[in-house]
Amino acid sequence: MLAYLFYIVAAITVTTAVYLIFEKNPVFGALYLIQTMVSLAVLYILLEAQFVAAVQIIVYAGAIMVLFLFVIMLLNLDIGEETKNALPYQRIPAILMGIALFTIICIVIRSKLLQGKQDQYTTAFVQGVGNTKLIGNLLFTEYLLPFEITSILLFVAAIGAIMLAKRKL
Amino acid sequence: MITITHYLVLSAILFTVGVIGVLIRRNAIIIFMCIELMLNAVNLSFVACAHYLNSMQGQLFVFFTMTVAAAEAAVGLAIIVAVFRNKETINIDDINIMKW
Repeated sequence: MLAYLFYIVAAITVTTAVYLIFEKNPVFGALYLIQTMVSLAVLYILLEAQFVAAVQIIVYAGAIMVLFLFVIMLLNLDIGEETKNALPYQRIPAILMGIALFTIICIVIRSKLLQGKQDQYTTAFVQGVGNTKLIGNLLFTEYLLPFEITSILLFVAAIGAIMLAKRKL
Repeated sequence: MITITHYLVLSAILFTVGVIGVLIRRNAIIIFMCIELMLNAVNLSFVACAHYLNSMQGQLFVFFTMTVAAAEAAVGLAIIVAVFRNKETINIDDINIMKW
């Protein structure tokens, strides 16, 4: 049952991602990307990462994509603008290079490089403590310094965005 | 039975689609969305590896990736707005004054 769910959700994810890169209208492209992110949240739930799934929907599909849609509608672009200057000879080599890249990644996946050490957080252990509680505990003890650095990064990004978008300082 | 290979191959497909999108599109906002797609693909492989190795580090790293993606989206969209104000276009074929 879960295997069928994986295949269905994976098919939806890939289909919407492909629609995104061939879509002329940026607004529809943003909506396809939102669907991709919601499907990825379903996959996170299948992987028993419930909190990451919730954050994926709230932050990515909620906050970031609304920012994208806001900018798309603010700029009010002409849809047919892109076709007149497109490099016609870049399409086919780009797709071929993408397939080559995919082949290389698959070779790496099939090799023995991805065999890590098993850690202590088994499914039963995580369900006993609770996924969110465990992540919170780790984030505020073992990973406190990266967490604080992240807050500085967001602060700098906010200042930078205001500086760049402001017409006159 | 779904193994880690299924998730990693799906992640590879999504990453490849993002790369192709960056290469073939000329609209700066669509290119930006393709970069977000690539970040999401990497997040999926993080969570998959974390699940199959019984680890939490992958899930924690996804949070940091999301933070960086949010910061990148804010600054990048501000750059796009600034470029549009100067050039009246976001077609990247017209924004080539740094190309010699």
